[in-house]
Amino acid sequence: MWKWFHQLASPPHFYRIAPTFSLVLLLPGLALIAYGVYAGLFLAPMDYQQGDAFRIIYIHVPSAYLSLMAYMIMAVAGGIGLIWRMKLAHAVAASAAPLGAWFTFLALATGSIWGRPMWGTWWEWADPRMMSELILLFFYFGYMALRGAIDDTAKADKASAVLALVGVINVIIVHYSVTWWSSLHQGQTIMAKEGPAMDPGMLYPLLANIFGFTLLFGSLILRRTRTEVLFRERRTRWVKEMILAPEGQR
Amino acid sequence: MKPRQQRMLAVGLVAVGLAIAATFTLRAFKDNMMFFVEISDVMAGNYPKERNFRIGGLVVAGTIEREEGSMDMSFMVTDTRCALPVTYSGVVPDLFREGQGVVAHGRMDGGGTFVADKIMAKHDEEYMAPEVAESIAKHVEDQTASVQHLSTECSPSDS
Repeated sequence: MWKWFHQLASPPHFYRIAPTFSLVLLLPGLALIAYGVYAGLFLAPMDYQQGDAFRIIYIHVPSAYLSLMAYMIMAVAGGIGLIWRMKLAHAVAASAAPLGAWFTFLALATGSIWGRPMWGTWWEWADPRMMSELILLFFYFGYMALRGAIDDTAKADKASAVLALVGVINVIIVHYSVTWWSSLHQGQTIMAKEGPAMDPGMLYPLLANIFGFTLLFGSLILRRTRTEVLFRERRTRWVKEMILAPEGQR
Repeated sequence: MKPRQQRMLAVGLVAVGLAIAATFTLRAFKDNMMFFVEISDVMAGNYPKERNFRIGGLVVAGTIEREEGSMDMSFMVTDTRCALPVTYSGVVPDLFREGQGVVAHGRMDGGGTFVADKIMAKHDEEYMAPEVAESIAKHVEDQTASVQHLSTECSPSDS
């Protein structure tokens, strides 16, 4: 087990196997998203209150979920990199940030578009769910800016890992904001205490999209990490040997 | 202690420290984190007197009155215990309906009425097909927000 783990964490090995793993996640991910989008837009019944407008959740909820998930991956990878000095972990953390920021932006944008006709407002500055999600976006921006501001990769890794760990508090706040405080945003639907408060015809496409987005995210993060590894190891022997090797042997 | 264990301890201690600091900060700002004030609290006089604030609750069924030829309207908002009369002039969002959640921004006038300058609809966490909602409504009498079930102990106060 540990041997396998160490082998996986070795940059040249990871560089070789990442495309295969990426593809293995990508194909079922795309299939799930194709089903989820089609079933969500055409097969799922209308909502009794919102009519067709509720269908934006098929993008909004997976994006919002991944905005938090990506942050946790970034923070945990940063923590592993800090404690175990694992190079690959820092590369994973660095690759997760832009993806997470995009999912956060998608969650905010789709929420705002839905909020205008349904709530009657694009944005409410005092709402805890909206504010904590916006702060999450700023944590991503801060994380990327901090990385970009430090030239020494090892120092940038350390500083940004600490920032990522501090921001975990905000992730917890985003998740529980609708439970702890009064908010314009509705409470938990899928993870409600009495089970999902949703018609099965609406729920299954949503679950398909959540898993599909997650697999897509996994696939993208493997590809991004691979590029990051190549850049970080650009002065090492294995990269030089690989580049000098004839076409078929890379 | 090995260096790795030292680093683990350092990360762990920082995490615990931050968690404690965050808990205390959020507790101190509890009232400011609330998006709206509940109706019972308004009735008990626990609301900001000098500035605008938001109230949240359900629109009581059968209380929405619109004035002919103008945008003026009035309705009652309840937290299922107390009800507060609200007046508003303007366009309401799609989801503003009897028995549904509402958040209103404005202030109390002297006579125990909330004068709103902005109305927002609050959606609940239930998603249903229209046919399902109809059949539920047929079999179960909706008791969440009708005037008869409200307590009479609530009275507006400015104290």
